[in-house]
Formats: sequence, C-alpha cells, structure tokens
Amino acid sequence: MSTQKLATPEQLIIIGNGMVGHHLVEQLVDNAALERYQVTVFGEERHRAYDRVHLSEYFSGRDADSLALCEADYYATSGVELRTSEAVIEIDRNSQEVVTEQGRYPYDRLVLATGSFPFVPPIPGNDRDGCLVYRTLDDLDAIQAAAENATTGVVVGGGLLGLEAANALRGLNLDTAVVEFASRLMPMQVDNEGGELLREKIAALGVQVLTERATQRIEPGETSRLRMVFQDDKVLETDLIVFSAGIRPQDTLARECGLDIGERGGVVVDNQCLTSDPAILAIGEVALWNQSIFGLVAPGYQMAKAAFSTLTEGDTQFGGADMSTKLKLLGVDVGSIGDAHGNQNPGARMFRYLDPIKQEYRKLVVSSDGKKLLGAMLVGNNSVYDTLLQYYSNGIELPDEPASLILPQSSGAAPTLGPGALPETAMICSCHNVTKGNICTAIDGDATDLANVKGATKASTGCGGCTALLKSVVDHELEARGVEVDKSICEHFAHTRQELYDIVRVEGIKTFSELIEKHGNQDTHCLGCDICKPAVASILASCFNEPITDAAHIPLQDTNDTFMANMQKNGTYSVVPRVAGGEITPDKLIVLGEVAKKYSLYSKVTGGQRIDLFGARLEDLPDIWGELIAAGFETGHAYGKSLRTVKSCVGSTWCRYGVQDSVGMAIQLENRYKGLRSPHKIKFGVSGCTRECAEAQSKDIGIIATENGWNLYVCGNGGMRPRHAELFATDLDDEQLYRTIDRFLMFYVRTADRLQRTSVWRENLDGGLEYLKEVILEDSLGINSELERQMQHVVDSYQCEWANAISDPDKLKRFRSFVNDDRPDPSIIMTSERGQLRPA
Amino acid sequence: MTATALKHTVSTDTWQPLCTKADLVAFSGVAAWLNTSEGPAQVAIFYLPRQRSQGQEKELYALDHFDPFSNANVIARGIIGDVKGSSVVASPLYKQHFRLEDGQCLEDENIKLRTWKVAFRGEEVWVEG
Repeated sequence: MSTQKLATPEQLIIIGNGMVGHHLVEQLVDNAALERYQVTVFGEERHRAYDRVHLSEYFSGRDADSLALCEADYYATSGVELRTSEAVIEIDRNSQEVVTEQGRYPYDRLVLATGSFPFVPPIPGNDRDGCLVYRTLDDLDAIQAAAENATTGVVVGGGLLGLEAANALRGLNLDTAVVEFASRLMPMQVDNEGGELLREKIAALGVQVLTERATQRIEPGETSRLRMVFQDDKVLETDLIVFSAGIRPQDTLARECGLDIGERGGVVVDNQCLTSDPAILAIGEVALWNQSIFGLVAPGYQMAKAAFSTLTEGDTQFGGADMSTKLKLLGVDVGSIGDAHGNQNPGARMFRYLDPIKQEYRKLVVSSDGKKLLGAMLVGNNSVYDTLLQYYSNGIELPDEPASLILPQSSGAAPTLGPGALPETAMICSCHNVTKGNICTAIDGDATDLANVKGATKASTGCGGCTALLKSVVDHELEARGVEVDKSICEHFAHTRQELYDIVRVEGIKTFSELIEKHGNQDTHCLGCDICKPAVASILASCFNEPITDAAHIPLQDTNDTFMANMQKNGTYSVVPRVAGGEITPDKLIVLGEVAKKYSLYSKVTGGQRIDLFGARLEDLPDIWGELIAAGFETGHAYGKSLRTVKSCVGSTWCRYGVQDSVGMAIQLENRYKGLRSPHKIKFGVSGCTRECAEAQSKDIGIIATENGWNLYVCGNGGMRPRHAELFATDLDDEQLYRTIDRFLMFYVRTADRLQRTSVWRENLDGGLEYLKEVILEDSLGINSELERQMQHVVDSYQCEWANAISDPDKLKRFRSFVNDDRPDPSIIMTSERGQLRPA
Repeated sequence: MTATALKHTVSTDTWQPLCTKADLVAFSGVAAWLNTSEGPAQVAIFYLPRQRSQGQEKELYALDHFDPFSNANVIARGIIGDVKGSSVVASPLYKQHFRLEDGQCLEDENIKLRTWKVAFRGEEVWVEG
C-alpha cells in the first residue's frame, strides 16, 4: 500500500450500512480520512443506519427517523456516498469491482459489514403466511401488519433476541408465548436457577414460557391461523410466529468470491480485520475472529476502529472483546460478566444469593484464592453490575468477604466501588471505548462539566448503560481538581432549592424577605430575581399553604400565579376551571359555554380533560370568575407549578372491561391533591383496567385498576422527552394508595430541584427506583409519618384561590389594566377564525 | 373596581399626576396611561419601598409598558429583581431583563425601553410626560 497523499483518492467501498458499518464511516469522517479515500456505502435496506439495539421501541412510539444513527443529511454533508436499497450481488476480485443491479463499482479497498441474518430452523411449514423474523425495520413492519388481524403470537427462541421479540409482540397487544428448545430461557447467559427465576418473572407479565420444546412442523390451525406441533405431539395454536433462534453471519458474497470462510460460517479475519484477500476487510457480525462471531455492538465498534486503523496504517488491532452484558428484557434485569457459568476456569469458586420474595438472583465466580472476580450472573436486579464489571475487567482485588458484593445493602454489604478506586485503564463506556484515563484527559482539556465530557469523549452516547458511572467519575474528578460544582439556585442564594426548602421548614420562615435577610447573599440588592422568587414562593406554599395572592407573596409570583390565569402571547389570559377527573354535569357545561360567549373567549378542550377559555382581558378576570364560582366551579391551577389534572377513563361504571371505578378514584385524588404547590407541574392518570385508556403510564402518577385494587406507577412523562412510568406498588386498596401517594409527592416536593419534573428527578436520584421504594414503602429514612402529616396540612388548608381573591377588594385592585382609566387596552386586537376569536 | 379618572386637560406643565400611592403594589408594578407630546402612552410604574439593608436609591421607576420582544403591553406584570448589581424587571412572556434605571435590556444591547421621571408629591404619583 502506498502511503503518499494521492491526487486521485483511493476508492473505498463499504458493503452494509448497519451500526458497525456506520461506526466505520464515523471514524473515517472524524479523522479526516476522506482526503485519502472516496467512500461509497451500499445498504440493502431502505433506511440509513439505525439503532438495532433498541428496535423493539419501534412499537412503543419511536419511528425510523428517531432510531436513525445520524441526521438525514449526514452522509451527503460529510462527502460520503450512501446508496440505500442497492444490494451488492457479486464481488469481482480479479477486476476489483463490486456488482449491483445498477452497475459495477471499482474498489481499491473493500470492507464487508454485512452483519448477520436470523436463523430459521428447518421446520416443515416455516414459510407459511404468518411466519416471520425479527431483524430489520421492514421485518417489524411485516410483524405489525400481520398482528393487525391477530390476537396471539409465538416467538421461537428464548435467548436475548427472542425475548426482545416477545417484548415487541406484547407491545402489539398480542397474547404472547416463547418456545425454547433448551431447558431454560437465555441458556447462554444464565444457569438453571437464574433461568427458573427469569421464567417466573416473565410468566408473571403474562408471557407464556414453554421450554424443552422442539417444533416438528407448522400446519394450518383450527382456531388460529397456524398450529405448531411439538416432539410429543402436543400442539400450540397461534396467529403468527416470529423466529428468533439466533443469528448467522451474512457471508454469501464472501463465499462466492472465494474468501476463507469458517466451518460454521463467518469471514475469517485477523487482528487487523483483514480477510484472506488483503484488499478486503470484514467487521461486525459477519467477521469470524479466532473462531468466534461477536453478536454484540461493542465488539463490532472495536472491529470498526481496528479496520479504520488498518486502512490508515495505524497500529490499533482487534484483540477479542469482553462479552459481558447488562440487559433489561421485558422489564427484567439480566446481567452476565465474564465466565458467568464458571466452567472456563478450573478451580473457580462460586457464591450465590437468591431472594425468592423480591425475585433476585446473583452469582459470583471467583478465583480459587478468592482474590479475583472471574465472572458474575445477575437476574432481577442489575444494580451491582457496574461495580462487579470494574472488579472483573480491571482485576481489582476482591474484598475479604466477596459475598458482601451481592448481598442486599441492609445486611451491611460492602459499599460500591467508588470512582476514586478505579485505575486509569478502567473501561467506563465500552460502546465507545472510553476509559477513566480518557475522561481525565478531557477534563484536563476544556471539559468542565458532564455535558462537555460527553461531547469530547462520546462516553455514554451509545447504549447509555454507563450514564450513572460516568457521572460519578466526572463529579469525582472535578472535585479532585478543586472545581467547585456551583449548585446555587441564583446569585441571591448560595443554596440549592432542596437546601432552601429545609431552611424554610426547619426555621419556620414564612416570607421571602425574612429568608433573604437571614440566608441571602448580602452583596446583592436583596430584591431577589425571577429565578429565586417563584422558587421560594413555591416552597412557602408547599410548607404553609397561605394564599399566594397575600401581600407578602404577590411580588414573588410569575404573572400566571399573580393573576391566576395563563398569559398568552398577546398579553391576554386563558382561564381553566377545575373539572375533576374530567367529569362535568350538563348544567356546568352550559355555564362554561355561556361565560365563554359573554366574554368572547376562544374555547378549546385540553389534553387533561377540561376546557380552556382563551383571550380573557385582565380586567375581565374577576367578573368571569365571579360567574364561574357562582355556578360551583373552582380554580384549576392551570397557571401553577402544582397538581394539574387527574385524567381518567370511564371505568367500571360504564365500560364492559372496567374492573374498578376509575372516575371516582380520579375525582378523589384530584380533590385531595388540588392546590399542592410543587417544584413543577404534576399530572395524574387513572385507568379502569389494563387497556390503559387514560394513558396513566405517561403521567407523574399513574394508577391502573386491577381485580384486587390499584397498581401505582410513578415518574412518567409525555412531552418533549416521553418516559414510561415505572411500576411502584401493586394491588393497593384505596387507603394504601392515598398514603403512598402522600409520601411520594411530599418526598418529591422536598428533594427535587426547581422546575424538575418527577421523571428527571427520578433519573437523577441516587439509588434509583429501589431507593425510592425503600424510602416510601419501607420507611428507610423514618420520615414517612412526617411526610404524611405535611400532606395532610396541605389538604386541610386548601382554599380556592379565586374565591379568596374575589372576596377581597384590595386583591381585586390588582386586576385593573390601568390604574388611572377603566378603558381596556386598545392594542389587543382579535380576528375571527373558524367561528371563534383569535389574536390578530 | 375603582380607578382614578384620567386627567384629560392638556397641561403645559409636563409633570402630571397619574395615580396615588394606594394604587401601587410594593415590589411590583402597575400600568397607567400618560399624556405625552406624541400622544397617550402606556407606562409601567414600579414601586420599591426603601428598606434598611437595601442599596437602591430610588423608590419609583417608570418604564414603557410595551414589550418589544412580544409586541404586547405586559412589562408592568413582570417580576422585579436585581441582577449583577442592577434593579431590573423580567418580561413575563420571554423573560428578558430590563434595567429599571434606564430601560436597557440586559440580553440585547440594541433594545432599550423608554423611561420617564417619576416622583411622589405627597400621596400622589407624578410623571414627567
């Protein structure tokens, strides 16, 4: 190979635009290799490279675009030619050309990144209608189309990919079964005990698990589309079958052009990812290195880096990869590190911990002298995975009692391995190969916070599994360098919101002026600002619940709270009365219509099942509310950082599927928590059965009825960054439900940052959901009775802010548009559209 | 609701009484009409009662009620504060800060709100129009 800079660039062709092929392109682009190579990429699929690891999210709302690994114009702007929907049909090594239906393309170097294809067992009838595979977005479209007329689905294969596919079928609301040939699920990753636990947990989700089943044939069904006949002549009827029984390297092109192929498939490569033809490289799942195919994305990325190095005469080689993985399959944690079965290291010793109540299983494989961790297996709880992986991959000496690493925290377990104890070589992000040393280098450069470190190193931008670890390393390193991480809320207080909350509560401070006098930064004018004033107003309201329109509190409020309505872009306001649970009488509905008509208000139904009246002039607000209150309405707090709505489906009262009175519960809850001021707005949802018509899992608090009571979900979110709420407690009765929510909400009010929704709060909470459960359900901090007492105070001291304001002439003075003239603001101009008024 | 009647008499003295101290809201703003040589203008009047520990010199400020970022008359409804040593009001719509002293926008040096001289005469609030 010549290393001189050539006037005419060399032709580099990459066959395959999957995750690994794309990673190679990124290496080339980021390292200015395009001066030397003119790069052409062929992709068989319609779509540009996308994230196959999170494929099942395609059925829970993500589309091809959001799964894509780059912006639509990335290739074009980088100067790389991407030819999608163009399959290579032949490699001509004599003329150094690849051949497609569209033409012949010459190459100087060629990279095979063709990946793998799903293995479909040779079962008679495996090609019938309704027999599908799970690998590409087009496969998912086919599954979705087949599911439209289906009620049941079967996945053949109980490994990692099979369980992913099962999750996808559940997402399509199919009654799902998994059929596995071996005696347990995920036989590669877990042992019999772990497999049994996994089966129980997955069966509890309603997925039928059949092991030791070999399918003999597939024939037309009697009650469903298809029937599977097993080795013992037992049968299973189903509408569709997804084969997910493993992968095979996509090596056809390589075979046909005579490259060396392994006995069981795969293009043989060396440490430089070179095939038997030095002009041709292979990376990813098509490549066979040292008799192994690597079916994970991290080793694929490492191969892409080695291939890049080979193409640019660097010396990075591929030396094999650690196959440790951390997964969440069907919501169940599974982790596997190193020699998890303990069968590759003679003399290895094992520790096991099994909790049949919490359904957790942990196993350690340690060296015969008990000093080194050789492997580990986790089912049901991956919280110790990061720590164990560091012991394993860095060869850190184990504590005297290795078992303490897998015992529950309450029994005096060893603390997690702190970031300070990690060596420089410790791998933090295996997707992008970022070590602790790389992070320190970035920090010693310009990266002075987490976001900058991520930008500089790409750490935690792959699978995201290392997020928590990365944060702790960055925080620790910044601290070690004396960088003070400033958490002050603003220039007026050197405190966080949480600290201000504690000060207010402990010292019983009831006004902003007292707080800033005692605890503010005296170098300022002590007026406060638009950051700290609303935050303190919210804290004071959470603690003491005095009317926000009282003279001492009014200068603290945002305009929306001041005028108890939502300011719109032309300076008018919108009015939203409370319609608890979305239930409203015809008489009240008529009043809303009459008021809207009288004051010329634009009317729109909100997402929270109530009615928003827009275009109210400041001076009209008191009269509007006078009429609404007389008709029995009260304020809806649509303007406040507080409880908004409790959305509900119609429930067992009317619905043939309902199992509980969801509307009744929604009204109870809305009336209990209305008026609670919190760090940010709070939304609830209550569904009367598992069909979840109230979309409760997208709310801060979601409640779904069961035969026995209520399941409670917490910390969900819709909006810009949707997040599914997590199951927190099951089968609660009404009283237990109120108590649990009381504690949860007050703990959130106490500890969240300003303007932090429950979802973000939860993601930043050290210890995560488990910690939250310990605090709220097991009272590990001993604060629950206090939290309940505080909430009861808020509930007992509730009063409608609008009723309070219109009974006080002094407060009403505030609603004049001008203090020296009764005429309205002439600059507010409306125009008509679809029969209503809108700002001109 | 009560409101002091707007004085419609054209005065050669440009100082005009707009309202009384009782119309103001401490540490917040109210809006009023003002007669100027260019016609009527909407003015935001902010009242910062002098306190023991505070450094600001004036108790009263009068700025344009018109917010150039939203093209709406809303400035009097913003939150009062001090940022980097200056007393400011934050627009209630898009939260830009305007210095009370001279109307200068802290986020955009090209934007400055009109200001007027304002003072108490007894219990009345007078503005130079």
